[in-house]
Amino acid sequence: MDKRLFVIARDDWSLHRKGEIDQERHKRKVKEAIRENLADLVSEESIIMPQGDKVIKVPIRSLDEPKFRYNTQDKPQVGQGQGGTQVGDIIGRAGEGDAAGPGKGREAGDQPGADYYEAELTIDELAELVFEDLKLPKLKPKAAPDLTVEDVRFEDVRKQGMISNVDKKRTLFEAIKRQALSGGLPGAAGAAAWSESGDDYGGYDADAGSGAAGAVPAPGTNDLAGTAARLGLTLGLHSAESAGVIPDSGASVPVLGPIIGDDLRFKTWEDIRKPQSSAVVLAMMDTSGSMGSFEKYVARSFFFWMVRFLRTKYENVQIRFLSHCTEAKEVDEDSFFRKGESGGTKCSSVYELAHAILDADYPPGQFNAYAFHFSDGDNLDSDNPATVKLASDLLEKVNMLGYGEIRQHIYGSKRLWESLAGLNSPAFVQAILKEKEDVFKTLKAFFGDEVAAS
Amino acid sequence: MIDQEAEQLEEAAERLTELALENGLDFFPMRYQVCPAEVLYSIGAYGMPTRFTHWSFGKAYQRMKTEYDHGLSKIYELVINSDPCYAFLLDSNTLLQNKLIVAHVLGHSDFFKNNAMFAGTDRQMVERMAVFADRIERFSHEYGSDEVEAFLDAGIAIQEHVDPFVRFGRTEGFREADGGVKDVIGYIAGHSRYLEEWQREILYMLRAEMLYFWPQMETKIMNEGWASYWHLKLVRELDLSDSEIVEFAKMNAGVIQPSPGRINPYYLGLMMLRHIEKKEGLKALFEIRETESDVSFIRNYLTKELAEEMDLFVFKQEERVYKVTAKDVAEIKDNLIRSRTNGGFPYLTVKDDDLHGRGELLLDNRYEGLELDRKYVERTLPLVHRLWGRNVHLRTIVDGQEKTYVYDGKHLAG
Repeated sequence: MDKRLFVIARDDWSLHRKGEIDQERHKRKVKEAIRENLADLVSEESIIMPQGDKVIKVPIRSLDEPKFRYNTQDKPQVGQGQGGTQVGDIIGRAGEGDAAGPGKGREAGDQPGADYYEAELTIDELAELVFEDLKLPKLKPKAAPDLTVEDVRFEDVRKQGMISNVDKKRTLFEAIKRQALSGGLPGAAGAAAWSESGDDYGGYDADAGSGAAGAVPAPGTNDLAGTAARLGLTLGLHSAESAGVIPDSGASVPVLGPIIGDDLRFKTWEDIRKPQSSAVVLAMMDTSGSMGSFEKYVARSFFFWMVRFLRTKYENVQIRFLSHCTEAKEVDEDSFFRKGESGGTKCSSVYELAHAILDADYPPGQFNAYAFHFSDGDNLDSDNPATVKLASDLLEKVNMLGYGEIRQHIYGSKRLWESLAGLNSPAFVQAILKEKEDVFKTLKAFFGDEVAAS
Repeated sequence: MIDQEAEQLEEAAERLTELALENGLDFFPMRYQVCPAEVLYSIGAYGMPTRFTHWSFGKAYQRMKTEYDHGLSKIYELVINSDPCYAFLLDSNTLLQNKLIVAHVLGHSDFFKNNAMFAGTDRQMVERMAVFADRIERFSHEYGSDEVEAFLDAGIAIQEHVDPFVRFGRTEGFREADGGVKDVIGYIAGHSRYLEEWQREILYMLRAEMLYFWPQMETKIMNEGWASYWHLKLVRELDLSDSEIVEFAKMNAGVIQPSPGRINPYYLGLMMLRHIEKKEGLKALFEIRETESDVSFIRNYLTKELAEEMDLFVFKQEERVYKVTAKDVAEIKDNLIRSRTNGGFPYLTVKDDDLHGRGELLLDNRYEGLELDRKYVERTLPLVHRLWGRNVHLRTIVDGQEKTYVYDGKHLAG
C-alpha cells in the first residue's frame, strides 16, 4: 500500500515550552491580582488562626476570561442515568459540581453563577507578597555583631580553581575558540552552523509550507519554517529517513577536539559580609476588658504579620512580648497570641516595663530597639500624663515607637491617641485602625519606606 | 518507546489504515507524532501547536497538566483538522492504546475531510496560525507586550461572535432578516473608527481562527460518535491477544462510558449512529456524516426509543438539589438542541453602529429561552467598549422584560 498514507514520527519536543511560558505569565497575573487584594487577605481570619503551611483559596474575579454567556443556574439541562430514572428523582446536590450539564466551551457550565477564578497559595507565598516592601526602619549599625547576613556571589572567572567550580560553558567556548583559531575544528564556522543547520527542520518547508503563504498577508515560507523552528515544532513531517537528525548522528556534524588544561575556566566567588545591626522589638498589647474581640483580633493580626515578617527577613531579631491591663507583664509568644485578660487599663504600666527590659538587657549603642503598642486607647484618664511622659522618655531609647489605636467608632474622645499626639518626634508613628483592612495599611506605615527617611 | 514496540505500532498503523480504506473511509494522509505529556497538553490548551501566546492558554494548560499529574484525567490523543492530518499520541501510551487511537483518529480524519461543516475550513491552518503568532509577536515588540495583551483580552472576549458562513476573506456575513450582522468581531474590525491597523489585524486573525474551530464545536457529538464507531469496528478486526482484548475493553469503556448526570458526546454519538445503522444500514451512516451537524443530527435522529434506552432526562436545579423534571423525548431534544445551538454561545448581532447619531454601538441578543449572566455582561461590555471606543449598548431580555445595558467608558447602566 501507499506508504505516504501515514508517517509515525518521534521528534524532539524539548524546545516546545509555550505552555510553561504562558503558565508563568498567568501566574504573574494571579500574583498581581493578589497583590491588589492584600489588604483584605492580610486580615483574613482563616490565615491568622491556624499554624502551618495551610493553603488558602483566593477568589480572583479578573482572571476568568470575560465572555457573554448564559446564566444556566436554574435552567433545564439534559443528563443521562444508568437506567430507570424517574421524573422527580434527585440526581445531585448543588455545589458538588459533578451534576453540571453538557459543558459549554472550555470552562463555562462547570460552575454556573461563579464568575471568579480561584487561586491557591500558601501562607508563605502570601507572606512574601506582604513583606515585599517592608523593612525595619531607621536601622543603624550597632556594635553587637550577632545579626549578620552572609552572602556568596560568583563574580569572577579565572584560569585556576577547584575542578568542582569549573565553568563548563566558558571552558567549552575557549576550546572551540582555540581550535578554530588553529584551524583544527572541521567546518570552522562551528557554533553558528549548528544553530542554522537546515537539516534540523528541513522536512518542514518542503512539505507543508507551500500551501499556506498565499492565504495570508504575511511573510513567505521561509518565515514559516523559521517560526516553526523557533517554536520547536516539526509537526510530524520528519519521514523515517530523517528521523535521526539530532547532532550526534550525522558524519558532517563538527566534532570538538580534546579540551586541554589551558581551556579550563573556573568560577570564583567572594564572601559578602554585610554589616548588620542587632535589633530588639517590643510587642506591647493592651489586653484589658475594654478590648473587644474585634480590637484583639486586629492587634493580633498586626503582631502575627510583624513577627512573621521579622523572622523571615532578619536572622536574629529578638522579639519580646508584653501584655498589659492595669499591670504589665512579659509573656511567652503563645500566651501573647492566645490569652485574653480583663480589667481596667493603665497604659503607663507597659511603658514602664519596656523601660525596665531595655535598661536591663539592651545597652544603648549596641541594639536597635523598636516598640509597638496596640490599644483601644481607652486608658484611665489619670494615667494619660504618666503614659505620655514614659513614652516620651522611651523615644530616647528606641529607633521607633509605633502606636496603633483600634477603634471602630469615631466617638469617645479623651483617648490615649489625643494625649500621645503631642509627642513631637520623627521616631514616633501612630495609626488608627478602624477596620480589618487597616492592618495592612498599618504594616506599611510602620515598616514601610515612608518612615525610613531620616 | 522501545524499538520493537515502535515497529509493532508501525505494523498496526499500516493494518488499520488498510482496514479503514477497505471499509470505505476517506481520510487525509496521516502524520502521527509521538510526544510527551507536556506537549500534548499544551496543544490541547492552545487548540493548535503553532497558536499565538496568551495567558489564558497558560491557565488552561496548567489546569489540564495538573489534572493529568494528579491522575484525574488523561488525554490519549489530539487530532488536527489539516491536510495532512496531524495526530498527537502520548508517549506513555501502550501499544494497544495506540492501536485504538490510530483507529479513532482515522475516523476523525475522515470526518474532517467529508463533513459539510468543514468544507470551508482552511486545511493549512497549522501554518497560518504560525504566521499569526509571528505577527502578534512582532506587534508585541513594536507596541509593547502589555498593550498587545490587553488588546487580545478584549478581542478574545468576543471571538465567538463570528458568522460561521463566512469562511474566507474579509467579506461581511449575511444580513439577518432584521438587518443585524452576526459577524460582530468582523464588523468591529472593519467599522470601529478607533482601532489602529495592527489592532484590526489581530481581530481578523482571531476571527479566522474561530471560523476554523467553529465546525468542531458544531459537530462534537457526531465527530466523536463517528470516531468511536470506527475504533470499535476497526480494532475488532485486528488479531488481538487475550490480554489486549481485556485492555481494549477497559479503555473503550473508559472513553465511551456514560457519566452520571451529564452527557458524554462519545457515548451519545456512538449510540445514535449504531441505532441508525441497525435501521437504515451502513450507507446511511456515511450520508449522515457528510451532511449533518449536531443540531440537525439530534433533531432528525434522536428517537423516543433511543432516549429511553439511554435513560436520558431533563433536570434542573431546584433549591439545593438537581431534580429530574422530564423524560419526554421532545423536551430532551429541545434542551439538547438549545445547548448546541450557536456553539452554546448567546446569539449576538450588531444592530446599529451609529446609535443616537453619535457613533454608538448597539448589540442585540436574540433571546432563545436563556438569559445572559449579568456578572459576565458587567465585565465583557467594557471590553467591547475598548474595541469600539464609544458607548456600547446591549439589548437583551432580563426577567422576561426587554432591557438595554449601556457602558459609557466608566459606568454600566441598565
